[in-house]
Amino acid sequence: MVINLDNVFGIHTQALTLYAQRSSVLAANIANADTPNYKARDIDFKGILSSAAEKQSSASKMAATQPGHIGFSSTSAKVERFYRQPDQPSLDGNTVEMQKEQAAFTDNTMRYMATLRFITGKVQGMMLALKGE
Amino acid sequence: MSLLGNFDIAGSALSAQSIRLNTVASNLANAETVSSTAEGTYRARQPEFETVFNDSLHNRQNMGVRVRQVLESTAAPTQQYHPEHPMADDKGYIYLPNVNAIEEMANMMSASRSYQSNVEVMNTSKQLLMRTLSLGQ
Repeated sequence: MVINLDNVFGIHTQALTLYAQRSSVLAANIANADTPNYKARDIDFKGILSSAAEKQSSASKMAATQPGHIGFSSTSAKVERFYRQPDQPSLDGNTVEMQKEQAAFTDNTMRYMATLRFITGKVQGMMLALKGE
Repeated sequence: MSLLGNFDIAGSALSAQSIRLNTVASNLANAETVSSTAEGTYRARQPEFETVFNDSLHNRQNMGVRVRQVLESTAAPTQQYHPEHPMADDKGYIYLPNVNAIEEMANMMSASRSYQSNVEVMNTSKQLLMRTLSLGQ
């Protein structure tokens, strides 16, 4: 059996990067909660992750066969951001709804931690297999 | 790592909110400052926030906030007839600042709530980074 070390962590590495990026977007929303005309934004997490998963599983991967080739990494998938639709728009043009942003930030944090846990599990499993005790 | 950028974002918000708290303190401190002329009266100050775009990082993703300028309220100062007052002008009027204490208190609470939220963001980001650093252990 051959273990491909590149694929040990699977989709989790990409998910981790994406969660970190989303936390930045949400932090910017929270920071700009009092800025006039600021429009709250978010990233389409599901869309990006599913496209990343598709890329990872598809057989038609681009191969870097020459030293000059640029690798086609799925982590560099373009992160699409969209504007939130506010439930209660405020008079100064700001669309940040603090409670929503805080809920989203906490949710994102928990998901990040869960992904970290998965990766830790993989590492531990691999260590166990290597030691063979 | 974009988690490190969270500290810049939340940090910029902390300094902006503390400037806002500062103007509230200044307004409340000067709420009763009497003057003999309408022009020389203290005027309520309000900071104006704006978003900072950081173009160098991930096409305008890293966005903090800063105070663009501190505006003075244009509302007219309160005129009161107090001929016995030592600061009264020839006609016996004194001028009080256009500071609305209730407005300032509400502003203060809003600023401190926003400050707290940003501190929370920093704490959470720190925890996530620490967990990431101890990955696989």
